[in-house]
Amino acid sequence: MDRILQNSKNLAIAAVVIVVALLSSVVIIPETHQGVVVQAGKPVRVFNLFRPDVPYGQTGAGLQMRIPFLEQVQMVDRRVLDLDMERTQVLSNDQQRLQVDAYARYRIIDPVKLVEKAGTERQLEAQLLPILTSVLRQELGRRPFSALINAERGTAMANITATLDKQARIYGAQVLDVRIKAADLPEGRPLDAAFTRMETDRQEEAATIRAAGQRDAQIIQAEASAEAARIYADAYGKDPKFYDFYRAMQSYRQTFLTGEGQSTMVLSEDSEYFRQFKGER
Amino acid sequence: MAGKNNPWGGSGSNGGGDEPGDGSPEGGTGSDGGPRNPWLPGGGEPGKRRSASIEDIFKSRGPEGPRRVGGGPGGPGFRLPERPNGKSWLPIIIGGVALVWVGVTSFHFIQPGEQAVVTWLGGKYYDTLDSGTNITAPWPIHMVEKENVTQVRLEEVPGTKTEKLILTSDQNLVDLSYLIRWNISDLALYKYQLNDPTNALLEIGESAMRAAVARQKLDSVLTGAGRAEIEQDVREAMQARLDAYRSGIMVQGIEINKVDPPSRVEEAFKDVSSAQQDADAAINRSRAVAQQVLARAQGDASEFDDIYEEYKLAPEVTRRRLYYETMEQILSKTDKTIVESGNVTPYLPLPELKRRAQQPQPPQGE
Repeated sequence: MDRILQNSKNLAIAAVVIVVALLSSVVIIPETHQGVVVQAGKPVRVFNLFRPDVPYGQTGAGLQMRIPFLEQVQMVDRRVLDLDMERTQVLSNDQQRLQVDAYARYRIIDPVKLVEKAGTERQLEAQLLPILTSVLRQELGRRPFSALINAERGTAMANITATLDKQARIYGAQVLDVRIKAADLPEGRPLDAAFTRMETDRQEEAATIRAAGQRDAQIIQAEASAEAARIYADAYGKDPKFYDFYRAMQSYRQTFLTGEGQSTMVLSEDSEYFRQFKGER
Repeated sequence: MAGKNNPWGGSGSNGGGDEPGDGSPEGGTGSDGGPRNPWLPGGGEPGKRRSASIEDIFKSRGPEGPRRVGGGPGGPGFRLPERPNGKSWLPIIIGGVALVWVGVTSFHFIQPGEQAVVTWLGGKYYDTLDSGTNITAPWPIHMVEKENVTQVRLEEVPGTKTEKLILTSDQNLVDLSYLIRWNISDLALYKYQLNDPTNALLEIGESAMRAAVARQKLDSVLTGAGRAEIEQDVREAMQARLDAYRSGIMVQGIEINKVDPPSRVEEAFKDVSSAQQDADAAINRSRAVAQQVLARAQGDASEFDDIYEEYKLAPEVTRRRLYYETMEQILSKTDKTIVESGNVTPYLPLPELKRRAQQPQPPQGE
């Protein structure tokens, strides 16, 4: 009985040892990573190396073997990574300042180089960031301000990408592209100046609009007056003499009836009005 | 104070279930009479009350297990009733659990609009599952990650209440916010190509938006004339870059939500529109005056025409009539003084004097 028990105990221990050995010699490489096998600090081989034309499912991801304890597997990202630059001030060649925010996207295509030269992705980032910043400053500093606003046009970004890529290749990375995320006027005087310019621009526009309104209003009134004059001329021109009489009558009424204050008339006896008064025949 | 039987302690290797009698001091309960602490080993009676150890379990499996010794179905803990052929239940339990396991983890019901990537052990990509019922190897051999691919996701830029100033081609600033609508076009690429797809999308969007606005003048951005063009440009630029990364993302559309002048110069911009209103108001007012003038002219003219028609019929009579009517009206309302012709000195009109006397003298200016 004891022997049987002893046997099964031994069996169990053996099984555990085998499982542990298996587990420690097997690594699962996800599709998102490449595994660099490091032996005594030296990279010896790579699992799931990035190959642009190999579809997923046929890559080296999945179960891979290693010698337990002797070999370590360092995971290196296989995806497109993001290098996000801090905002930096760029001086254009016409001495204007611009705050530029840029990013680069890169991929590690040679993880062995990365492990040897940089260590990890994070350390690579620390290496590349200052390079990106200085390349950007240099390249954009050669252009006038108006070109910086639209830096995506032209050759600037291609040049920056090429320069950064050359540096990144040393560390086993490939730069896919560099883009300007934001180009802003720096806080303080440049921004204030821009605001002031915008403001005065609008004030001018407002004044112009108001003046144009006044002008149009005057024109409309003048045209109406002219039209009215024409109408009057048409009507009264038929008999100027009668018009004179008719208008005089109107004017008298207007003056004496609706005018303010009491009027006193001194009439001569021989006025037209008193013609009949004298009993003339 | 009769201690109740502790549910963990009552059945020792002698089995037999709970002892019905309580309160008896020798009934196997704690000698202090209180409820037994199940976590403390029972004092002095290790064989009876200690919890089942690994060895006990192994022993019970052994040929001289408690079935032979104790005879009851109790054992340490509980025991299943014996199988008819006297074999252990263990293989059946394991088999059952495995079956349920396989059933639960190998059938995948993918909702419409969803897809799932399948990987071997979470490593190598195996397949993409479409909607419907799918069968894979059980977990952990096949690991399945579901994701909604047709649902259009929205990214709002910027978040709430912040001002995003973008330079236009005429070096003005505009405050702009927009929405990116996107979905996943290829789930495997989406999962494996970019390390942070959403962030990449936002950055690409921002870069494309600024580039597109920088090609437009402020007025065309503000008035909305250039808006469709910007949206189109941004969408195309984003899609081109996302495709270059093989990101598995489809940009459905860009919508510009809000385009405002920067808040610091908003007043000036508002003044422009109020200037427009002012100008319109001035024009409207002068139109009104013009209409009045014209109407007046037409009225006067037609009045004159009417009278002139009459006058033409009998000129002298009409003329006289008008003259007398007018004089009548005027003279009936005014003070009249008639002087004889031929030079008499006119005297001061009395009514006038009277009125002047009533009024205070106006102050004399020097």
